[in-house]
Order: sequence, then structure tokens, then C-alpha cells
Amino acid sequence: MTGAADRPISIAIAALGGQGGGVLAQWLTDLAEANGCVAQSTSVPGVAQRTGATIYYVELLPEQAIQRAGRSPVLALMPAQGNVDICIASELIEGGRAIARGFVTPDRTTLILSENRIYAISEKEALGDGRADPDSVRAAAQRASRNLVMFDMQKAADEAGSAISAVLFGALAGSGALPFRPESYRDTIRRAGRAVEANLRGLDRGLEGACGGRGIESAAETAAPASVAPPAVWAADFPGSTHDMIARGVERLCEYQDRAYAELYLQRLQQLLAAGCSPEVLRETARHLALWMSFEDVIRVADLKVRGERFAQIREEVRAAPGQLWYAAEYMHPRYEEFCGLLPAYLGSALLRSKFFKRLLSPIFSRGRILQTGKLGGFLLLYLLAGLRRWRRGMLRYRQENALIEDWLARVQECVGADSGLALEIARCPRLIKGYGDTHARGLARFLQIMERVGAQAHSPLDARSARALREAALADEDGSAFAEALRGLN
Amino acid sequence: MAERSFEHEVRKLRLGAGEVFRGEGVLAVTKALLQSGVAYVGGYQGAPISHLMDVLCDAREVLDELGVHFESSASEAAAAAMLAASVNYPLRGAVTWKSTVGTNVASDALANVASSGVRGGALIIVGEDYGEGSSIMQERSHAFAMKSQIWLLDPRPNTESIVAAVAHGFELSEASNTPVMLELRIRACHLYGRFAAGDNRRPAFSLRQAMENPQRDTERIVLPPASFLHEREKISARWPAAVKFIEDNALNEFLGGGDGEIGLIVQGGLYNTLIRALELMGLSDSFGGARLPIYVLNVTYPLVPGEVERFCRDKKAVLLLEEGQPAFLEQAIDSLLRKAGLPARLLGKELLPLAGEYTHEVVKEGLRAFLGAHAPHLLDAAPLSVRSAEEAPSLNAPARPPGFCTGCPERPLFTAIRLLEREMGSFHVSCDIGCHLFSILPPFNIGNTTMGYGLGWAGAAAFNTDSDKRTISIMGDGGFWHNGLTSGVGNAVFNRNDNVLVVIDNNYSAATGGQDLLSSRARGGIRSLGHSIEAAVRGIGVRWLRTVNIFDLKRVLAALRKALTTEESGPKVIVARGECQLNRQRRMGPLLAKQQKSGARIVRQRFFVDSETCTGDHACIRLSGCPSLTIRPNPNPLKEDPVAYVDNTCVGCGHCGEVAHAAVLCPSFTRVDLIFNPGLFDRAVGRFRGALIGRLQKRAERRRAARAA
Repeated sequence: MTGAADRPISIAIAALGGQGGGVLAQWLTDLAEANGCVAQSTSVPGVAQRTGATIYYVELLPEQAIQRAGRSPVLALMPAQGNVDICIASELIEGGRAIARGFVTPDRTTLILSENRIYAISEKEALGDGRADPDSVRAAAQRASRNLVMFDMQKAADEAGSAISAVLFGALAGSGALPFRPESYRDTIRRAGRAVEANLRGLDRGLEGACGGRGIESAAETAAPASVAPPAVWAADFPGSTHDMIARGVERLCEYQDRAYAELYLQRLQQLLAAGCSPEVLRETARHLALWMSFEDVIRVADLKVRGERFAQIREEVRAAPGQLWYAAEYMHPRYEEFCGLLPAYLGSALLRSKFFKRLLSPIFSRGRILQTGKLGGFLLLYLLAGLRRWRRGMLRYRQENALIEDWLARVQECVGADSGLALEIARCPRLIKGYGDTHARGLARFLQIMERVGAQAHSPLDARSARALREAALADEDGSAFAEALRGLN
Repeated sequence: MAERSFEHEVRKLRLGAGEVFRGEGVLAVTKALLQSGVAYVGGYQGAPISHLMDVLCDAREVLDELGVHFESSASEAAAAAMLAASVNYPLRGAVTWKSTVGTNVASDALANVASSGVRGGALIIVGEDYGEGSSIMQERSHAFAMKSQIWLLDPRPNTESIVAAVAHGFELSEASNTPVMLELRIRACHLYGRFAAGDNRRPAFSLRQAMENPQRDTERIVLPPASFLHEREKISARWPAAVKFIEDNALNEFLGGGDGEIGLIVQGGLYNTLIRALELMGLSDSFGGARLPIYVLNVTYPLVPGEVERFCRDKKAVLLLEEGQPAFLEQAIDSLLRKAGLPARLLGKELLPLAGEYTHEVVKEGLRAFLGAHAPHLLDAAPLSVRSAEEAPSLNAPARPPGFCTGCPERPLFTAIRLLEREMGSFHVSCDIGCHLFSILPPFNIGNTTMGYGLGWAGAAAFNTDSDKRTISIMGDGGFWHNGLTSGVGNAVFNRNDNVLVVIDNNYSAATGGQDLLSSRARGGIRSLGHSIEAAVRGIGVRWLRTVNIFDLKRVLAALRKALTTEESGPKVIVARGECQLNRQRRMGPLLAKQQKSGARIVRQRFFVDSETCTGDHACIRLSGCPSLTIRPNPNPLKEDPVAYVDNTCVGCGHCGEVAHAAVLCPSFTRVDLIFNPGLFDRAVGRFRGALIGRLQKRAERRRAARAA
């Protein structure tokens, strides 16, 4: 037998179908061959090619080792647990999967891990927040690897205008895990001859990232909270830990309606505080009250659609070149109920009940419309609708929402003295009310069912734990089977 | 036009003796066929041999130069029947498909050609879709070899051995007048490696010579009494000839070292995994220098009794590594040893799992158990790998099933079914094979069964009775032409079926890599395209037929609703049309880029979701499932749930907007038309609009600021 030094270097690439893992494997074999190695690569494309998780595998061995042995090497066609020298993962959770499969071990593995997330369908389709915990993967990556290069390589690739595979390739070059010079990596990209300039830029970003340790600042998944200085006027009335939330609420309601509306918000919170509410409950109530009071009616949606900030955001997101012409077309589906909601309360509720009018007007509301907000007609229509704001307080929708808000606040207030835990859970329940149309109706119905269970009296038959379980069940599925099950469980 | 182009790589097919060939396994196989003087090649695409078909397509020029006929067969059955050319003439032929599903389809023709026997070498290259990444039921091709008496090669998975197996396959076939099956495991097909090339050979006998000088021999036709003769001939002549050839040419290998009392027998295809497992246990180096003897079966059927006996004669115990079930080799070798009166104990499936892929970990476990019982001193070797999976941190990585690509034209159909189910309750949905089978996975969760390629409608044939609800069957254009036209549509017409079939016409055999079909709408090329699915459906007798643009969700919904509720009896067929987006991009991308460069006015569309109006319920995702429609952290710190977001991979198919309309979801979806190379008028109007809108926006902003003060 030959020495242990004459063993192949094994490289596993964990990627998603369509992410360029195959290209990376090709670059690796080319790089190895150019540096006097024999390389073998394999993959299992099949159906996984269509967006599923997939592993590419490369082994390489210097020609000299083969000459020493005088025989051809027997190279493996798939990674073995505990026997991977380099693991390259193009997405955070795929890195986690590779770690869990035993392809990353502290005695030998250099892990090149991109921190970006491509969410799995189970994470995306959740009614609330179904995202996997990224920190557990980051921690496992630290623990499980011998060397770790981890940063958001997708972001680096976007900035460089390259594919993520180029940044991964650069990060590998920078990690020094292979005995090849960075220039040799560049030559490989040049030889491949596709998008050479962009990929060289991407490679350099990867190289920098790897050499500077984390190099590029780690992708914080949460948006940075805006620093809001609490105006002295109301701050004195509330505990310090609620200031940021309340400040955001006040700001939001001012722009949603006006100063007086924000005052109403503060009054409501003060009332709750006077009833002996804990800072924690107050904070959550402040959050959901602000959101609920800024409910998305036709006026709100129209207002948001025509704002200058939004135009700037679209321009940036669709990567329009400076000065490039673009037009936005909004997919809207106004419904009869929303039309009624815009009318003065008495008229709106009469029309809402009227089958005759509903039938009469149904042709207008039976189909979706596409409004061109970049063109004058569409823009002006929405601009005028947004201007109805000043009459909002008299409208049916406002009355409906307001009544529900007051009922909810009363229930929170009832509980704050007796059961602060339950109060907190009730305060969080408006999270169920989302969306528009049927989605909104579904969420509201579940919210009301929970409120019904809470009851109106000071001593609710529900405790904090079951209230929480109900809320979670309401978000578990769309058809409501989990929720129905949870409700049955209470009986 | 296939997903992957091998136009550059096929140049390597011209390499000659003295040169080194570097490339993918399937390309190496093609080269080996040309070096063997093959006269004709056929096949049907499917992973893992789709690329073999693509290579052959792209290698047209080289094939023509050598006088080799290649065709993309209509099905695996058609491909297998092609081998009939080798029955009467000294013509070498090769066919290829995905196994075992393709072998199932081909087995009628295979049984016939195996019965007749061949004069020219007949090679069947099967891509074994078994284990990780497989999309089919887990079965063995071995059973087909045994029942039809076809010899089965399972070479060591390195390019040189695979190339040698092709050459040996033809020789073995001719020496024993029997077709030979070459089994390539999924990873071997995609293996990048190298081998010393040889010169290409023109077929010694041409198809033209055969056509102009036909020969026949009634003894080679499967009809009594010849068929009885064939059965005896298989046993008395062909089998012994094969065994002799295999032994004389040392197709199986005796590797490893040491002459202890134990040994290993392994299928060639598993050899590398075995060596690596031994290496990790400290019992081999990286060059096959194992410390115990290994008998490598590069031919797994038939076995060579003399070799088996020689290998086992002095041994107490032998471990057989045989992947998959039933354990045909184990039964055969065990029986051989017992009949030869040899004392060696054969161990196999009692130490290794009966079912499932033999990974390094599985093989290591089996070896450990075997050595522990029969050679414990070998377990003292210093293992190279000290970590095992149990020590790996446990992480809850969400499953990542395959799904419809961005802009896929199949998605709208399933959105429509989901929306219809809200009105009418759930349906029995009979699925087919193709990308559309992803409907059974989240987010759509639609579909009850799948019975095989093209068998979508046949799979619902029993539900042909009085009912208040109709069944829906799905078929792709690939399955339709493969056999669905007769087994599904013809069957439904003939039996007065009253149910609904949707044929998804995406212009290609998309799931296998975008190969052309009879109904593909491309022009030119080497095949006859553009044949209408509708004409075929009408021709076979369907009266209720609708064609819809699949991206027009409202029309799809209306057509489905009508088909499911119409009073009209008889089979109902909806052809839903939309081009496979991957192929469209490949076709249109360079064209658009060129137009853009040349200064022509171009509008590119993509979608955008307003994160302020999005409330984070994700109903849009549950009804669409588009990879580019994803989520991101809520930019509003008051809100906790992530919002929907369209990333930059969006191709602007418009489906998410259609869904928002049809399901009355929310006003968050926006189509953005980006204009490239605007004209003078464009710019003037754009400036005017921009100025006016900008002023109004500034005014609104000032007012908002005033309210906040």
C-alpha cells in the first residue's frame, strides 16, 4: 500500500438545481487538470435538477502520486461521511443539510458556506413565519468544520454581476484548501470563456471574502430597525421598553391618517396602562394596535401605490438603469364589499345588505383590473382615491374596523389585571387578520372565534397556553383543520 | 432543442488512437460505440441517459461521416424493436433508455429479439435510475436479463472500464448470438473522466447493403416451431458460448490481494464504493490495493461457474455485495457453491440491507459485520475516518423537493385545479410521468396515482361509471406521443369514457431535458415536427376538444369547469399550451439580447410585490409555487411575518398576477414593463408623465410631512 499522503482530495458541492453547481464542478476539474492532477467528477442530476437539493462530487489526485503508485486510482462517486476535505454549499440550509449528512467534520473539512437563503416551499407557504432557524446552521458550521469561510456569496455575486458559482470558486481559492494559486483559478474562468469579466469580478469578491475571514459583512436577516427618537410629549407617559414600538405606531398613524388619529392611538394605550398593563403586554398591544388602526382599505392601498418612495423602490428592485423608462401595472381586484366600505356608514351598510344593488353593480366587480400607475389615467385615479382619506372616519369600513378594535382592546384590558400572560396572547391575536377578500375573512373569522372563547368577563375560561395554542393552530393551515382540531380539544 | 448542448464536446468524438479523451460518461460511451463500428443507434431519453441521446443528436455530423444511422425513437419499445436489424445481418446496433421503466416498455421487443438471437452485435445501454436522486420505482434490470436470456454487463465505474465494456459487449453479443445489456448507474453516466482513445470505425456491413440484399431465415422468427428451438438454443448453445467468452477474455476481474480464508464478490458498478469503504477502514489504499481478495463481476449475468468455484475453493467465508432486491446473484452463487460441494459460506443480504442504495456507510457496516465474524484481526487496521454520522450535529433542514421552474407553463393548470376545488370540492386526479408530476408535492398537493409514461388517462379508466363528479387525468405532450394517444385517448373513445383529460403541450419532452417531439413547433432540423396534438385527438374520435393558452388562468378555469360540468357525454380533452420556460429562455434569450444590442425597442416584463400592502399570508405562494416568488424579512419593524417578494430570476410570465386576480388575493402584485431603446415618442411621453407624476408625489409627500409634524 502507498502512503496516506497519496490520497485523493475530495470535494462535495451542495447546491440547488439550476444554481450552477455543475459549472463549478467543471471549473474544479479544469483547475485540477491544469495543475497536474487527475480529476473525476460526478453528480446525480435527475429530477433534483428542477430546483431540488443536489450534490456534485469531485475527487482529484496529483499525477505524481499516480506515477508513484504505478496504477490508476480508484476514485469514489459519492462523498463518504467523515471523508470530505472541502464542502462547498451555495445556500445556508443546504450547508446545514451537508453538515447533518456527515460531509463536514472538524478533523478535515474546509467548509465554504454561502449565508444566503433560498427558502424551501415549506418555509414559503406557511400562513405566518415558517422560516428555518439560520443561527443553528451558523453555529453548527462553526463547530463541525476545520476551516470555515462563511458570508453571503449571493449578495457578493449580485454586486459583481456574476453567478454565485464564481464567488464560491473565489472563496475556495482564498481559503487555501487546495494547493493552487489564485491566478490559476482565474485562468480556469478565462478558459471556460463564458461571462469571463463578470465571473472574474465574482471570483475576486469570493477571494476577498475568504481572505478577510468574514470579509463581507454577514447578512443580517432582519431589517435594521429605524432609529426613532421618542418625542418628549408622550414618552414620559410610557415605560422605556415600549418607546420604539409606540414611536413607530405614532409615525405610521400620522402618515396613515393624521395627528389626531395618532393621539387616539396614544389615548388607547394610556388607558391600558392605567388598567395596570405590564410593559410587555403594552409593547405587543402597541404593535398590533398600530397595524390594525392602519388597516388596508382602498384609500390606504391607493395611497401606498402612488408614493414616490415606492416608485424609487421598484426602480431599484427591478434594476432599472438610470434614466430608463419603465411603467408599473397594478393587479387590482376591487370587490363590492370594498366599494361599500368607502361609502358613508349608513349608506354603505344599506348597500352591503342590498341584493339588488349587489347584482346591479356586480359586472363592475366581477373581474380583476390592471391599472397603469406609471401613466396618467391610472395614477390620477389612485391619487384621487388616496385623497378620500380626510373622509375616512365617516366610512363604513372605518366603523367596522373601529368596533372590532375597541372590542379587542376591551378584552386585553379585562385581562391585564387578572392574567397578564393571557392578556399578552390576546394582544397578539390580531396577527391572524391578514390580507384581503377571502384571506381576510378567513383570518378574521378565526380571530373572532378565539375572542369568543376568551369571553368578555374578567376571568376567562381560557388560559394563556391554550390561547397561544389556538393562535398557532389558526396559522397552521389554510383549510382550518388544525384550528378546528384545537377548538375541539378545548371542549 | 435540448436543454444541454454538446456541440463543443462532440468534437472529441473525432479523436483517434494515441490521443486522450476527457469528458462525461455518456460522451465516452458514444465514442466507444463509434470505435466499435456500430451501424445504427436508437433510444428514448430519460435520466440518466438523456445526455446520451443529446450527444448523439448533436453528433449528427460525425455519425453521418461514418455512415451511422441514429434516430430518436418514439418509445423504448420502438428503440428495442430497432435491434431486429441485427437478427439477419452482421450489423452492430445499440439502443439506450432509462431503466427499469424504459426496459418495462421495451420488454415485448426485447423478449422477441432475445428469442430470435442476433447475428450482429446488439447492445442495450440502460441508465440505471436507482438510489439517491432517482425519480422511479426501485427495481432491478437484472430480472429482465434473466427472464429473456440477455447478458448483463455492470462494469467498474471508471471511464476506461465503461469504454472497454462497450467493445466487449458487442463481441460477447456476436460470440453468443445474444443481445447484451450494459448497465450504467446514475453517477457513472455523469462521470467526468478520461481514457486512451482509439480510431473510429465505419461499420463493416452497411444498412444500405442489407436493404438492397435482403436475407431471411424462418428459424430466426418467433413463431412455433422456431420459438421452441430458440428456447433450447439459448440453453444449449448461446449460454455456454457466453460463459466461455467471458472466461476466455477475462471480463470479470480478480483484484485485491492476500490469500486468506475470506474474500469479497462485488458487482462491478459497486467496486469503487467498496474500495473506498475498505480504505476508510484501513484495508486498502486509493489504488485498489486491498488487503483481501476481490472477485469483480463486470458481467453479472450469466455467472461463470468455473470462476466462482476457483475464487471460493479455499475460502471459509465470502461476502457478496449485491445492490437491490431480490438477491438474484446471492441465490445463484449460493446454489452454485452447494452444487459444487464447496464448503465456503456465502454471506450477503443478512449483513447488508436487502433494499436501498449501497453507500459507503452501508458497505462499511456490512464489512464490519462480516470481518467481525470471520476475520476480526483485520478490524484492527487503523481507520482513516473517525467520525460517523451519529456525531454530526442534528439540524432540522427543511426538505427541498423538486418543483416547477420559474415561469413553468404547467403551474397555471394546477393553480386552476386548486381554485376549482374551492368551488367543487376535491377531484380524483390521475397523473402521468413528466414535470407535471410535481403537482403531487407542495404547494399544490394534487394527484392520486401515476401508472407510467403516457398512462395518465388509462390510470383512471376504471372510473368510467355514473357519477356526479368527473375525474381529471393529466398527460404531457411527451407521454401523449409515447403511447398516451392510443392507451389513453383511443381507450377512452372506444370505451365511451365520460371523463376529462388535460394534455399539457409545452412543446418539448421537458422533464428529460427538452428534446423535440412530434408536436414541437420548431422549424427545420433533422426531424419532421409541427404535428398537431389536436388533429391526432380528433382523428382518433374525440368530439369535445378545447385548446387554451395555459397562462390565461381564466380561460383554463373556464375550460376545466365546462369539461367537468357539461351535459355532453363522451371523452373530453383540453389541450393546454405554453412553451417550457427553460427552453423558451434558451431559444429567445440570445435573440432578445441581439435585438437589444442592435437598438430595437424591447419591453421586458417582470413582477414586483409591494411589501407594504403584502400582509404575509402567502396565499399567493400556496397557489403558485414559483421559485422566483419567495419571501423576505418584513421591512416594516411593526410586522413580524415575512412578506412575499419577487426576486431577480423572475421571467415575467405573469402567473402570479393572474392568480392574484383569479383568486381575488390582494393588490400587491405589480407588473413592471422595462423599456429598452425607447423611441423619441417614448421618451417625450415618458418625460411628460414623469414630470407630472413627480410633482403630484412631491405635493403628497409635503402634506404627509405636515400631518406628522
